[in-house]
Amino acid sequence: MNTTATPQGNIEIRHLDIHFGRGAARFQAVSDVDIQVPGGQFVCLLGPSGCGKSTVLGALAGHLAPSRGELRLDGEAISGPHPERGLVFQHHTLFPWKRVIDNVAFGLKMKGLARAEREGRARELLHLMGLEGFERHYPAQLSGGMQQRVEIARSLINRPRVLLMDEPFGALDAQTRLLMQELLLDVWTRVRTTVLFVTHDIDEALFLADRILVMSARPGRIIEDLAVDFARPRDALLTTTEDFNRLKRHCMDLLHHDRGERVLERLSPIGEANAKSLSFAV
Amino acid sequence: MSSAKLELAPAVPLSPATGGSRPPAWLGPALRWLLRLGSLVACVLVWEFAAASRLNLGLVTFANVPPPSEVGPAIWKLVSSPKFSNHVGASLTRVFSGFFAAALAGVLLGLLVGRSRRLEDVVMPPLEALRPIPAVSWIPLAILMFPSSELSMIFITFIGALFPVLLNTVHGVHAVDGRLVAAARSLGAGRIAVLREVVLPGAAPSIVTGLTIGMGTSWFCLVTAEMIAGQYGIGYYTWESYTLQNYADIVVGMVFIGLFGMASSAALRRLGALATPWYRLREKQS
Ligand SMILES: Nc1ncnc2c1ncn2[C@@H]1O[C@H](COP(=O)(O)OP(=O)(O)O)[C@@H](O)[C@H]1O
Ligand SMILES: [Mg+2]
Repeated sequence: MNTTATPQGNIEIRHLDIHFGRGAARFQAVSDVDIQVPGGQFVCLLGPSGCGKSTVLGALAGHLAPSRGELRLDGEAISGPHPERGLVFQHHTLFPWKRVIDNVAFGLKMKGLARAEREGRARELLHLMGLEGFERHYPAQLSGGMQQRVEIARSLINRPRVLLMDEPFGALDAQTRLLMQELLLDVWTRVRTTVLFVTHDIDEALFLADRILVMSARPGRIIEDLAVDFARPRDALLTTTEDFNRLKRHCMDLLHHDRGERVLERLSPIGEANAKSLSFAV
Repeated sequence: MSSAKLELAPAVPLSPATGGSRPPAWLGPALRWLLRLGSLVACVLVWEFAAASRLNLGLVTFANVPPPSEVGPAIWKLVSSPKFSNHVGASLTRVFSGFFAAALAGVLLGLLVGRSRRLEDVVMPPLEALRPIPAVSWIPLAILMFPSSELSMIFITFIGALFPVLLNTVHGVHAVDGRLVAAARSLGAGRIAVLREVVLPGAAPSIVTGLTIGMGTSWFCLVTAEMIAGQYGIGYYTWESYTLQNYADIVVGMVFIGLFGMASSAALRRLGALATPWYRLREKQS
């Protein structure tokens, strides 16, 4: 795929604050978050549920307006959604009325490409994700793992500079999740792009990431920037090593120490009725 | 692999209570259909008896009610006369003109209103004010407002279908998952593309429901309007039969009103299912 010489996909977040709600119900979801990610890095954002991980991701995707601070991609301020910042949700965000091939090709349709060309490219990606033969299926006819593979393919078709993933494997069973993690790493070696991967699963973060940013409970702050330099390619055996467990214990301490109020899990702040930037007019 | 194990399991009877001679499984559904058919036949027989014997119950009398044995031949007579296609043609033309206008207006308006709060504030208050007024109560005013009674009847069917279509469309648009819209925008969709690729298909099942309900109210309104203002049409035919004291033909008119109403709603449901093939899959899954 596109392996350009110029480094792309540098994320820069400075002094990010995000508030939700109005009046007395107003509260701070994210507090003074600073994140720098060099292009091509695989970063996991780890934190307890409700700490504001999805909110940070939503801001990067351009769906939520920050109350304060700056978000930049390769020096350019982020002002709205853009296909160069691909977004993958936890589940059920494929278009249920579109067949797999049309879901994957959607980004190219938006770019105005002819059907033959976009289907060709979509087929390539489906092949990469191990989904040949399912082009004509509707999402509801696929297993959860397959649906997530289609989601990833749908984002990758735009050759995004960053891939923003919000607990993409959170709804899968443990077995499938492990397979998907390996598949993702495999795909990532071929399609080099910056990945910002949100999860509350320590094992997942350690297995995937070059680097883990640990967030505190609400209002979310970054409380640790942890380098994870296990050799790649990684396989499931990594999770049984001593080094892995040492880091895991460290993360558990961090999250445990910071276990604040319990908040109801929600899939994403994006698409909520009262989110500031989401009242689209026609 | 593990299926061999599974096959063995049912060999053991689940409950000792179900022993003895149990009727074969197919008899259950067959019996139910027999019961249903029997109930229908019984009702027709009761009707025949009540009408033929001019049963008078004081509060209600069957003295002028035609028995089914007269209605049957009357149906045949109407179907084989040239009047039939005139009446049916007139009614269908009216109902479809009014219904299609309402479908178009209701869906377009519903999509826009559902997406824009500003537009909702401008468009909906007057419509909400009109909504509690039943469409048939528009009949006198409609006759005064439109140059031909034809147009006034079409207007009545339009009003009848408009609100169910509009409100169901708005509801469907509001129910579209915001994350799907966000996903589309992150994939490069602009406003129009979001409307066409996400909002319209997302609201489609609800729109189909609105159209089906609207078709029903359209028929209902049309028949009433025809009784008052019509020159042809099934509703007119029914009312004319009353004034001409062709009592069997009243029931013939009623039968066709029911049949056409049912057929058009069924056709719409069928078209709706064809337009949203993915919808059935989703219901099954979750
Ligand atoms: N649109 C919204 N309106 C109001 N509150 C929200 C909204 N989105 C998220 N929240 C709240 O903000 C906090 C952070 O949410 P989120 O970013 O989804 O957390 P996480 O992804 O880490 O689980 C949570 O307490 C959540 O309930
Ligand atoms: Mg979340």
